[in-house]
Amino acid sequence: MAATQVIRSEWTKIRSVASTVWTLSLAVVVTIGLGILISALSKNEFDNMSREDKLSFDPTFISFAGMSLGQLAMIVFGVLVVSNEYSTGMIRTSLAAVPQRGSFLVSKIAVATGLSLAVGLVTSFLTFFLGQAMLGSHRAEIGDPGVLRAVIGGGVYMTLIAMFSMGVAAMLRSPMLSLGILMPFFFLISNILGNVSATKKIGRYLPDQAGSKIMQVVTPINDDTPYGPWGGLGIMALWVAAALIGGYVLLKKRDA
Amino acid sequence: MIELAGLTKRYGEKVAVNNLTFTVRPGIVTGFLGPNGAGKSTTMRMMLGLDRPTAGDVRIDGKHYDQLKDPLTYIGALLDAKAMHGGRSAFNHLLCLAQSNGIPKKRVDEVLDTVGLTAVARKKAKGFSLGMGQRLGIAGALLGDPQILMFDEPVNGLDPEGIHWIRNLMKSLAAQGRTVFVSSHLMSEMALTADHLVVIGQGRLLADTSMADFIAQNSRSYVRIRTPQRERLLDVLHAAGVTVVETGNGTLEVDGSKSEYIGELAAQHQLVLHELSPQQASLEEAFMQLTAESVEYHAHSDTPVDAPLPPQQQWGDGWKGK
Repeated sequence: MAATQVIRSEWTKIRSVASTVWTLSLAVVVTIGLGILISALSKNEFDNMSREDKLSFDPTFISFAGMSLGQLAMIVFGVLVVSNEYSTGMIRTSLAAVPQRGSFLVSKIAVATGLSLAVGLVTSFLTFFLGQAMLGSHRAEIGDPGVLRAVIGGGVYMTLIAMFSMGVAAMLRSPMLSLGILMPFFFLISNILGNVSATKKIGRYLPDQAGSKIMQVVTPINDDTPYGPWGGLGIMALWVAAALIGGYVLLKKRDA
Repeated sequence: MIELAGLTKRYGEKVAVNNLTFTVRPGIVTGFLGPNGAGKSTTMRMMLGLDRPTAGDVRIDGKHYDQLKDPLTYIGALLDAKAMHGGRSAFNHLLCLAQSNGIPKKRVDEVLDTVGLTAVARKKAKGFSLGMGQRLGIAGALLGDPQILMFDEPVNGLDPEGIHWIRNLMKSLAAQGRTVFVSSHLMSEMALTADHLVVIGQGRLLADTSMADFIAQNSRSYVRIRTPQRERLLDVLHAAGVTVVETGNGTLEVDGSKSEYIGELAAQHQLVLHELSPQQASLEEAFMQLTAESVEYHAHSDTPVDAPLPPQQQWGDGWKGK
């Protein structure tokens, strides 16, 4: 079984369902829209900020503020790409056509990851430039130290969020169960754990908290995070790898 | 050719498929018959490598399913009509299957034409009726032009025209020398399409025989007789060495198909007959009888024969003794 055959087949699958289009376009629109809005509000607030806040002011990171909501659409995309197979019964047809379950899962995830990365990078660059335009005199330039890394990192972050969701969906199979766990986790629990001082030390090792460090250019004052942007992205990548390996092992073992 | 050897599937304590060994041969339609829950679908899923056998082995042309290169070109299967994404068009559903097995795109149009879905090829599958979904599933099975075809309950929920179409399709596929394996829980359906019969009940193999042999063995034929001169006829038949069974409602039954002989015998003795009709027990009855035994056997095997009976307790035993 040539790998290109399965890749081509998975591309046909992903482009021929409506959920791909609406989840990804929602991710783009929400991330950019919210990024613009928060950038504009921050510009107006800047003069009222404390000295400390002004020193920590990170125009690049602010333009990515929409990602906290936009990532939820990436989660839905990642979950649906995988769990659609199970909720529709298509999985039996798919595995009868491609009995090598490893290459089936790898191809599916490779195609969805490629698409996420393309969409993520476009979103990241657009939200950066539009956000900076809103920030006026407080803006960062793409050539400033660390900024290009943060902008590309933003696209990679969205991709990793989608990949993590694919791994979780491959383990849980049910779209409702996967979304029911991932959505509140990323929208609420991770934020709560990360902001309460008692749990902060654990919270910052969660995939989204660690991964979002890549989008930071200015390190906030008094920040004691023990890892840098790449370290954070690495932690997130470990989470993704764990989820995908879990999904692969279960797919390999289970009856379809 | 599909070969099963000692195929077994256990879910915890429950044995769904129990040590099945049989071969599905090319050039004929092999019917796979059993009541609902007998393990037919589980067996078929194991044949396709979807479920892992607890023990035993299935080989397709001598190979395990996952050793087949581009499996759809060896074996095409219709498992259930709803095993597809409803949001995808019929064309794209078949296209993604074709691409995964290196089957040319023009073959998609061909099979859509074969099953008569060309007009709705760009429509989403969720708008399809059961019959259209079944046709799309069959198109998927035919896609790789495979030598082996497998259909799980293909006539379920179809209208008479659809049933007729599927029957003819299966017969023509077998006539082309292909291996056709089709499951059903209806004996009457099998009698019309299958040349060979594999019957299972409670996951066990009950019969593996040609259709003709199955009919000969399992359909009791007898002659029903009604006569106003019952006693005299009984004497005559007894004298001729024919065994007669008296049924409750005044009719007589003679095993075998000897209606001509009995008629001539009655004429010789100038006996009046009101009825002399050859009868045949239906295959459905034979099938029911065969599988009912397997149900009975299972129930017996579960109950320990010499388990002590629980001591009988009577109301009030607790306080009366004090």
